[in-house]
Amino acid sequence: MIRGERPGREAPAFEAVGLTRSYQLEGIAVDALRGVDLRIGPGESVAIVGPSGSGKSTLMHLLGCLDRPTSGTLRVNGTDVSTLSDTELAELRNRAVGFVFQSFHLLARTPAIDNVALPLIYRGVPRAERRERARAALESVGLGHRLGHRPSQMSGGEQQRVAIARALVGDPRVVLADEPTGNLDSRNGAEVMAILERLNAERGVAIVLVTHEPEVAARARRQIHVRDGLIELDSGTAGGSEEPGGSRTGGPGGGEGGSRTEAGEAE
Amino acid sequence: MRTAEAFRMALEALRTNRLRSALTMLGVIIGVSAVVVLVAVGTGAKNAVESEIAGLGSNIILVVPGRLGVGALPTQSRLDLSDVAYVRRVVGDPGKVTVSVNSGETVRVGRAEAFVTVVGTDENLPNIFDRPLRRGRYLSETDVDTRRRVAVLGSEVAEKLFGDVDPVGRQATISGARFRVVGVYEAVGATFGVARDQEIHVPVTTAQRLLGVTRINGIAVGASGPDQIEPLQQRVVDALAERYPGERFSAVTQTQLLGTIGTVLGMLTGVLAAIAGISLLVGGVGVSNIMLVSVRERTREIGLRKALGARQRDVLAQFLIEAVLLTTIGGVTGILLGVGGALLIAALSPVPAAITWWSLALAFGVSVAVGVFFGVAPARRAGRLDPVVALRAE
Ligand SMILES: Nc1ncnc2c1ncn2[C@@H]1O[C@H](COP(=O)(O)OP(=O)(O)OP(=O)(O)O)[C@@H](O)[C@H]1O
Ligand SMILES: [Mg+2]
Repeated sequence: MIRGERPGREAPAFEAVGLTRSYQLEGIAVDALRGVDLRIGPGESVAIVGPSGSGKSTLMHLLGCLDRPTSGTLRVNGTDVSTLSDTELAELRNRAVGFVFQSFHLLARTPAIDNVALPLIYRGVPRAERRERARAALESVGLGHRLGHRPSQMSGGEQQRVAIARALVGDPRVVLADEPTGNLDSRNGAEVMAILERLNAERGVAIVLVTHEPEVAARARRQIHVRDGLIELDSGTAGGSEEPGGSRTGGPGGGEGGSRTEAGEAE
Repeated sequence: MRTAEAFRMALEALRTNRLRSALTMLGVIIGVSAVVVLVAVGTGAKNAVESEIAGLGSNIILVVPGRLGVGALPTQSRLDLSDVAYVRRVVGDPGKVTVSVNSGETVRVGRAEAFVTVVGTDENLPNIFDRPLRRGRYLSETDVDTRRRVAVLGSEVAEKLFGDVDPVGRQATISGARFRVVGVYEAVGATFGVARDQEIHVPVTTAQRLLGVTRINGIAVGASGPDQIEPLQQRVVDALAERYPGERFSAVTQTQLLGTIGTVLGMLTGVLAAIAGISLLVGGVGVSNIMLVSVRERTREIGLRKALGARQRDVLAQFLIEAVLLTTIGGVTGILLGVGGALLIAALSPVPAAITWWSLALAFGVSVAVGVFFGVAPARRAGRLDPVVALRAE
């Protein structure tokens, strides 16, 4: 069930040029991202990999409009985020992206259906319609029988599926998942990945996920390797995704120039 | 839609932390109910005193020796019956001047006994004060002139000493002297805590002999109309000052009494309500404190909501409404408790209580305002949280 054609549907989901993000830590600047060029089109499936502290989460936060770049431009669905006010950024984040977190981030005392409906509250959707859409989203992740369960009454895998349903309920073009399987055993992890892949295949929702697990990364059509705040290697869109294994092995030592070239080719 | 949603969320959050919410409200509940009770009792007391004074009669001027004022010591009276005659001449209408000399005495009728206020007065009393008779007659001029041992009983005295029997024509022994009852007053209630139904009126001359005094306690003058009160009052005071140079005399009217007592009671009520109001403020600080704790505890929740698209104002509204709900629910509970408390006090004690709508509306308004005032800072803090930082919080 691929969604109807909206204007701007053909614009890349994300388009980043020279993206940097530095944090001030006791007066010292920590450069988490040092100039990232990146373009992710609609319906792509991307795995971001890299060592701990390399800037993967920072990049995800920027892509998800949770944070603003220190410099560089980022266009989400064709909109330059630097032109948006905080309120507009919140609205964009509400409509354009769905988040899945490593630690689920569900409201502990709230039933699954209300957890899932949460993004719609901020879109002003009436309660009845919210519940209906939340129910449908839960059914699509195989949790139609867990509507009234609280997170504490569910397994980790189920909780993460609730979180995926929540990411989907607003019908975003992209789901951003930062280590979605990081807190799950391999069986539950595989199930969560299967759901994300099915979403990507059946609904055309772009999936961008961060992972430390090579087998998880290998299932994505495109891999982006991040190191020290730079894209070290990008297996590229469509064509490149045919041989993900090759791109990955060619990775280390690519450095700054490599990532620029990759991004350039993508455009 | 959004607002209704924010209310639902806030209620949900308060329900989740029932005990904490209740304890936080307690400060507001105590403050509001204290204000409501104190204002009710203060207003009730004021109303009661005012109606008592108004019930005395109309256009009355009370003349007493010394200085009259709140906290002034009673002055030893130097007035006697010749001064009453003098005031009668000054006023020019002798029927509108009466006199009193009071003393607490024991009265006996057969086995029955009562402690009463014996008031020596004269035949003019009913011309000035509202003292309708139930039976018999008032004191007469002859009673006063010939020092008759006759008495008119207050309604309670009559009941206590004679029960269902008609006292008129019967005997009563006051401090060992036998008196004949000639009349019984209707019940009139109390004035300034003076139980007027527990008085026995006897001729002033008889009272003076019985008590062994020549003094009188006070003179009451009735003016012919409201506009006559002030000039008459001045005339009497001036005349007495002229007769006794260097001494002070005071004359008060009902209006002045009403004004003075009203002011004093109003101030008292105000001060007490302000003290109670401070506890309401303290309650507000408690709300602020708990809301700050709540924002800290729920940092991850706030981060999540923002990640899902909550705008700064959505988060601010959620927490502000939570604070306002805390104080408003506390305020309404406090109002209910306060009204209940005031009614209970009125029912179980002689203290009157009058619940006024404005005080309840004010209490409600203040509760809401306290919530807004003390909720804004924590709510703003919540609204401004950086989602990335908030999501990482532990
Ligand atoms: N709020 C912050 N303040 C200061 N430095 C930060 C902050 N957030 C991240 N950093 C720094 O930025 C760098 C990148 O962090 P980031 O979380 O993006 O890494 P990551 O690739 O997601 O790592 P991991 O795989 O461990 O999750 C790190 O050096 C980190 O210490
Ligand atoms: Mg990370």
